[in-house]
Amino acid sequence: MKKEELPQDESALKAMTRELLYVKDKEGKYTTGLSTGWEVKKAALDNAWDDIRERIETARLAVKNGEKSPIYYFMELRLMDFPVLSGYTGFWTFTIKRHLKPSVFASLSEKKLSVYAKAFDITVDELKNFKG
Amino acid sequence: MDFMTEPLAFGLGSGIFYIHIPFLQVNNGPAISYRSMPGWIFSRTCKSLGVKVVRKKFGNNEAAAKAYLDQKIKEGVPVGCQVGVFNLPYFPPEYRFHFNAHNLIVWGKEGQDYLISDPVMETVTKLSEEDMIKVRFAKGPLAPKGHVYYPENVKPVTTEMIKKGIIKGIKRSSRDMLHIPGNIAGVSGIKYTANHIRKWRDKFGPRKAGLYLGQIVRMQEEIGTGGGGFRFLYAAFLEEAHAYLKNDELLNISQDFTKVGDLWRSSAVQMGRIYKGRTNNDQKDFLICADLLTEIADLEKNAFLKLKKLKLDY
Repeated sequence: MKKEELPQDESALKAMTRELLYVKDKEGKYTTGLSTGWEVKKAALDNAWDDIRERIETARLAVKNGEKSPIYYFMELRLMDFPVLSGYTGFWTFTIKRHLKPSVFASLSEKKLSVYAKAFDITVDELKNFKG
Repeated sequence: MDFMTEPLAFGLGSGIFYIHIPFLQVNNGPAISYRSMPGWIFSRTCKSLGVKVVRKKFGNNEAAAKAYLDQKIKEGVPVGCQVGVFNLPYFPPEYRFHFNAHNLIVWGKEGQDYLISDPVMETVTKLSEEDMIKVRFAKGPLAPKGHVYYPENVKPVTTEMIKKGIIKGIKRSSRDMLHIPGNIAGVSGIKYTANHIRKWRDKFGPRKAGLYLGQIVRMQEEIGTGGGGFRFLYAAFLEEAHAYLKNDELLNISQDFTKVGDLWRSSAVQMGRIYKGRTNNDQKDFLICADLLTEIADLEKNAFLKLKKLKLDY
């Protein structure tokens, strides 16, 4: 890529930083150039966030309809998957999957609830009382 | 160490790579990487220059991890830290995923704040003690566990060492890209991804398949890649290698990698047309992307074969 072809599109990095790319100068030698962003990449990131928002909304409805426990909602809200939540809580994935059932969730001890609350950076009350 | 540049460090440490890890999902998309593990790159680069790297991990002991870092800073040693970016406050929110293989350098402390040089940021940044513990003890895959590292015994580096290191780095990269068994790593990994793209639309539907393409583009063009999935950075390295080794073929192969980087960017544009909805999301649009990746794989294969056969003397 030539230096003058470096895209300068608006992106999430606006007012925070610019990214460094390796580009060719007029003599055909490598140099560096700063870019504010590239719309191709911005669209990919925007899409990923649309998907995340949709997943969170799906999770909220599942809790509201009594199909899933609040753990499911906060997991999506905090962009976690099972390996990540497992890392933060120390629970195995299959244990967490069990805790996603509203009936099992209702019988969880305060201690286990507080482990989840800490992982999600919320209080136990916020976790217990989330109704969707 | 005034001779050191980013492309040189990247080349000495054989940074260029490709791998598509099957069955693993990252942020609900395919797990693809265009480079080797950052820790490996750093270790190899230091080793080739005769520099010893001290590394330390702390399990769950946050207090010990903090004390150790503070002590090193007090001694005036800049320390590399592996961190998770989810809780990194100065990162744009849109970039804060559970990604744990980010690295920054701590080089001082002002009151309760650490002074940070983060490769992503243009200027020096600060991080509070509390946030520092959070990011050093992020959990999940590749959890840093407080991992810190710093060079020790830095002796003068001779030009001969650099030349030797360049040759070793080049030979190791060509071996890794051409000869790792299996079909997921190196140039065959690129074809592996291409074959997956051919099936994604039927398997997951056009929308999810589009999101997967978006993930490929994001990994390729992420901040720090230098563009084109590190291929421009590698081309810049080969240009620097030429200045040391004076073998003109290196300049030609550098051109090859520039071409490859440009082609990776074209493939991103093509994928972008799909996930931005500028095409009908037909199977033929996915096939165009897959074919571009196959073409890239062939070009990279040729370039690495040339590097492998190159007789380099120092």
